[in-house]
Amino acid sequence: MSISKSFSTDVARGLGGPSWLVDRRVRASGSLDSITWPTSAEEIWRYSRIEDLDLEKYRPVSAERLGAADNESAPGGGPFAREAGEHSGMLVVHDGRVVHHEIDPDLEAKGLRVCGLATCDDSDEIANVLGSVSSVSADAFTVLNDAFMPGGALISVPGGVVVPHPIVIVHWCDGDLEASFPHTLVVAGESSEVTVLERFSSPNTDHLVDAVVELVVRDNASLRYLSVQEHGPRTWHIGLQRAHLGRDARLASAAVALGGGYARLRSESLLDGTGAMSEQVAVYFGDSDQMLDFRTLQDHAAPHTRSELLFKGAVEDTAKSVYSGMIRIREDAQKSQAYQTNRNLVLTDGAGAESIPNLEILANDVKCAHGSTVGPIDDDQRYYLESRGISPEEAERLIVLGFFDDVFGRLPSSSLTNSLQRSVVDKIEHRRTR
Amino acid sequence: MSVLSVSGLHATVGDTEILRGLSVEVRSGEVHAIMGPNGSGKSTLSHTLMGRTDYTVTSGSVQVDGEELLGLPTFERATKGLFLAMQYPVEVPGVPMAALISASLRSRGVDTVDLDSRIATEADRLHVRDEFLLRGVNDEFSGGEKKRIETLQLALLRPKFAILDEIDSGLDVDALRDVSRRVEAMTKEQNLGVVAITHYARLLTELRPDHVHVMMAGRIVASGGPELADELEASGYEGVAARLGVAELAIEKQESSKVAFDRGKTESLADVLKAAGSKADDPFADPLA
Repeated sequence: MSISKSFSTDVARGLGGPSWLVDRRVRASGSLDSITWPTSAEEIWRYSRIEDLDLEKYRPVSAERLGAADNESAPGGGPFAREAGEHSGMLVVHDGRVVHHEIDPDLEAKGLRVCGLATCDDSDEIANVLGSVSSVSADAFTVLNDAFMPGGALISVPGGVVVPHPIVIVHWCDGDLEASFPHTLVVAGESSEVTVLERFSSPNTDHLVDAVVELVVRDNASLRYLSVQEHGPRTWHIGLQRAHLGRDARLASAAVALGGGYARLRSESLLDGTGAMSEQVAVYFGDSDQMLDFRTLQDHAAPHTRSELLFKGAVEDTAKSVYSGMIRIREDAQKSQAYQTNRNLVLTDGAGAESIPNLEILANDVKCAHGSTVGPIDDDQRYYLESRGISPEEAERLIVLGFFDDVFGRLPSSSLTNSLQRSVVDKIEHRRTR
Repeated sequence: MSVLSVSGLHATVGDTEILRGLSVEVRSGEVHAIMGPNGSGKSTLSHTLMGRTDYTVTSGSVQVDGEELLGLPTFERATKGLFLAMQYPVEVPGVPMAALISASLRSRGVDTVDLDSRIATEADRLHVRDEFLLRGVNDEFSGGEKKRIETLQLALLRPKFAILDEIDSGLDVDALRDVSRRVEAMTKEQNLGVVAITHYARLLTELRPDHVHVMMAGRIVASGGPELADELEASGYEGVAARLGVAELAIEKQESSKVAFDRGKTESLADVLKAAGSKADDPFADPLA
């Protein structure tokens, strides 16, 4: 695998923004020559479709098409923002460039920042934090993101501030044979509370999205974070979402992945402070020839930390899913608890799901459990519902929604639950009409 | 007035014929008890009537008011008026009672107005606590709760005929009484016809049958009134078989006929640790196991 000549240092430089950001991109682009591109021979890419990704055919979205960093032209957040309901702030991001931002002025006065990374006032402060999370778990695609991110979404909550309503980030990625590099940085200051709802989508174009989301949850802060991926069927999405949690910090993160041709999410939590708690849940549903690929990490680096993971997916048609999860409990993370569950429904014969749980435990006083299942809908459940007079189609719908129910019940915001459940039902019904 | 008519029913599971010419006729408002020892084919009878696909009917007929049910899929048999209260009600996580009942009623074209209050009223009658209505149906319920929940569904769906497959097994006497009272009331108020399939005579002291049938080796070998149940109580299945000159009480299932379900791969922590080369007595062994 190699990248086209259009991924050049000149292009990286030409994307503009403050000098620290330009320098940062130029540095990263300089290291692309020596980068080792992934292959499915590596464990972390096993079962993936990385071999099918032809990076040569893509070029980064150009500076001309992105427009100037401060040219904010998009008005609203579309249906997603409407469904998300009342919000305290919003960012609309087109191909990685923030094209609209809004914020509750009262919260802005308290120091809340909801703005573009390239245009925010507190640039120097941002420069220090940006990359501090993602670089710990860098791979070829995070370097590529560093080299070509035109800016990105910044949410920074000052210590002690409670943000009453969610902050919404709406991404739109398009451009045939183009690659975009969204970057989101959320910093929840000490003892702050905030909910962030982020949505990625694209039309039916052959587009590569290389997305990085950094979540910094400072001591005793609470961050609730939902990411919804609803890309078009030919979009490649390769995403890293990584959180660093301080002492007594709480993260409730959820991912709903429905779209994309090949869509991958590395979801990682580093529990770095005593008493930190991390929850990672996900719903995924693959149809047609999609592949949805998840690699998770629950990394316990401090004592009395607790992590809980529940990923549930369904596949139909010839769709595939991959779940590979690691619980790591480091030597000094005594008295920690970690739980990991992955369950998969395989709804049709041609579909398939891989589930690979892993443990790496170096402390000796911990509680840890994991479980994983892959299988069709239970015949007994089907029969039971049908014996009440429910048609096979309706029975399947009820069982699948019931299967996902505990995850939907744990989404950080309930405002989107109904429409996301509807999307799952649409997938089931769409298969029947094919 | 409706009639459930089962005649000359033969059915196999795998290579074994379990039902060997079973006939019974039930009218609205009647309570028929079918009693049989282990292996006599009681569960096969209930699932065959309901159309479970693991069972193959080789001949015979099952009709409601003259309409043939054999050949119809399970859900259509239900909408034609048959209800099976299962011996082992299935846990359906994430599907609460209201969702299940609402879907069941809609498929019958019955309105779901005031459904919540209808469910609440039935729950009161059957002493079902609210929490069991909010959770997924049967999800980690006790045996008694499951049977109350089966009866609750029966009451809300108002079928013409109910097949109660060992509704008396796995529940204490209070639950048995609640369930029996409710079923009995339905026979009077809604003219429900009942086929109570059971192993134990205990049910018949609560749910008083009009007709008692003794089932052995896949067919009805004796029919009568409640006095037949008394005889069973006194002399057991062997005694009744001896009086009737019936040699075969139960059917030995062939090994190959066992129904297997593929439940997919389930890895326990122990398996994972083993695969990873860890010791079996690992201190981090599954605390939930």
